[in-house]
Amino acid sequence: MVLPYIFFYLFSAIVIASALMVIASRNPVHSVLFLILAFVNAAGIFMLAGAEFLALILIVVYVGAVAVLFLFVVMMLDVDFAEFRSGMLQYMPIGALIGIVLLLELLLVAGTAYLAPEGAGSGVLPIAGGIENTRALGQILYTRYIYLFQACGLVLLVAMIGAIVLTLRHKPGVKRQDIAKQVARGKSGLEIVKVESGKGL
Amino acid sequence: MDWIVYALDYLLGVPILGWGTMVGFIWKALLLLVSLLLFTAYILLADRKIWAAVQIRRGPNVVGAFGLLQSFADLLKFALKEPVIPAGADKAVFLLAPLVTVLLALSAWAVVPVSEGWALADINVGILYIFAISSLSVYGVIMGGWSSNSKYPFLGALRSAAQMVSYEVSIGFVIVTVLLCVGSLNLTDIVIAQQEMGLAHMLGVPWLSFLNWFWLPLFPMFIVFFISALAETNRPPFDLPEAESELVAGFMVEYGSTPYMMFMLGEYVSIILMCGLTTILFLGGWDAPIDLPPFTWIPGVVWFVIKLCAAFFMFALVKAVVPRYRYDQLMRLGWKVFLPLSLFMVVAVAFVLQLTGWGWHGGM
Amino acid sequence: MNELLSNYLPILIFVGLSGVIGLALLVAPFLIAVKRPDPEKVSAFECGFEAFEDARMKFDVRFYLVAILFIIFDLEVAFLFPWAVAFGELGWFGFTSMMIFLGVLTIGFIYEWRKGALEWD
Repeated sequence: MVLPYIFFYLFSAIVIASALMVIASRNPVHSVLFLILAFVNAAGIFMLAGAEFLALILIVVYVGAVAVLFLFVVMMLDVDFAEFRSGMLQYMPIGALIGIVLLLELLLVAGTAYLAPEGAGSGVLPIAGGIENTRALGQILYTRYIYLFQACGLVLLVAMIGAIVLTLRHKPGVKRQDIAKQVARGKSGLEIVKVESGKGL
Repeated sequence: MDWIVYALDYLLGVPILGWGTMVGFIWKALLLLVSLLLFTAYILLADRKIWAAVQIRRGPNVVGAFGLLQSFADLLKFALKEPVIPAGADKAVFLLAPLVTVLLALSAWAVVPVSEGWALADINVGILYIFAISSLSVYGVIMGGWSSNSKYPFLGALRSAAQMVSYEVSIGFVIVTVLLCVGSLNLTDIVIAQQEMGLAHMLGVPWLSFLNWFWLPLFPMFIVFFISALAETNRPPFDLPEAESELVAGFMVEYGSTPYMMFMLGEYVSIILMCGLTTILFLGGWDAPIDLPPFTWIPGVVWFVIKLCAAFFMFALVKAVVPRYRYDQLMRLGWKVFLPLSLFMVVAVAFVLQLTGWGWHGGM
Repeated sequence: MNELLSNYLPILIFVGLSGVIGLALLVAPFLIAVKRPDPEKVSAFECGFEAFEDARMKFDVRFYLVAILFIIFDLEVAFLFPWAVAFGELGWFGFTSMMIFLGVLTIGFIYEWRKGALEWD
């Protein structure tokens, strides 16, 4: 049982180191790349815990989609990042406050697991043995947790509409191709003339 | 010295798996890697030969008989070229980009079953693994384009990212339609499901196994998958990221020497992967097309390679005969044609399966 | 080590080996090829003149919109995967549940289409 432990410490060390680099690196694009590294290693930890579906969905959704958006945004922002840095002290108190709250929450979670080990897993359904976890998830997600599932659908709908409302700007006077119109045009406006050689029209 | 051996043993997981298994894994991985790279070298040659034949040229024919050693000569040539790193480039990311491209393209192959039981890792979530890896392939392009600090690569990278992202959605839906029929994410299961159920079984002629494969019942999805695969791998007619007439060579403009070659290698390996995936999802994997003696004597891996090459032949022909798409047409095709079509097919296939109770249900 | 993890070990070995080959390819020309850089050679590729500005410029917000829409549809696909796997056991209830989910998102898709968010200009 040694190999999984080695990989656990390897993955966690890389996650923590790259998370540090996300906030420490000067170039925002590098930050996003380190964030991606952190995501991939977090997926590795999920995999070690036996959650193969979650691990791969983490990669598909966060690395394959969300981080692409982050990269777009970071590449698109044409701002001077040295300027950003100058205001850092100003935001330090609120940042520290959020950090402390998060730390306390983590301690609470870890403390529960340590002090009352029987209470920590009480809200968790046992996984039926012999079933791969994608199937196990599928068996309950759409029936037992239908309200949460439908709520997800609504959140996605709101996100879709919100994105369009916020970012969609049409340039005026753009000519677009309308394929149906092109095809339906037929031969109107077009005349085929047989030209005899040497005579011209 | 005993403790060193002991520590090494533990590090390599020997006490749990034993030397035999570990060494077996390493040998198998090496075998797959070497055969994959050799195969890629000849697929590259085949691509050039087919392209040449369409244009009534000879193609590469000098190095070796019929140019058979051309790809190896190219490798040597690339390795001997001066590696130029542009002055304004972000050096680390600039060199990381081709490495990421190659690594991702190759690592997807670890789960592909080339014959029954011949997968390096036969994991439960095989198709999801490939989907995840292929969703990452956009990074090689973005990193290469951004780090070059030059305009053509930057524009090429942007276009490419938007393009790959648009077609990935329809690939996802296509995979879901196949999964509905199979009920398992395992690639081996997907092939076995095509052997054990299908049209030929329903018609009472189970030996006509090519009728069993999913290309027939899911024909529209087969076409959507093929075209999306072209777009996903930036093959013509969707080669806008490297459109020569507009962007010189897209995101690879600043690259030369082996870093450039690694982009090409990654591209071809992922093209072969897409052909392999077409084979597994729609053409019955290693299954013989007719389940009768002369055909069943041929081993499964040969059938797999034959089908893969047939799929690649289509890729090569499309490159030779179809003119390039315009960017707005490309986006229209992805978002307004393929996305609704594949979404509709998911619903339709699910409805039919629910109504009739057909489907393989993961063999249960 | 449990069976699940030992399934993934070959992948790790394979990725490691491909990393070694990739690295070898990347490093090879730096070791064996001639290197004679000069300012013209290492300047960015342009149409024969000096670059006016930094190449990394602002670009159309439309790319950003495409990325957001992609995330939403990618999540939709992510929800479809376990559903497709467990499809045979879910019955009409699971089927209807997913159809409502897809229906809600189709409303969003139609909105997007009518608003012209899918037009590229």
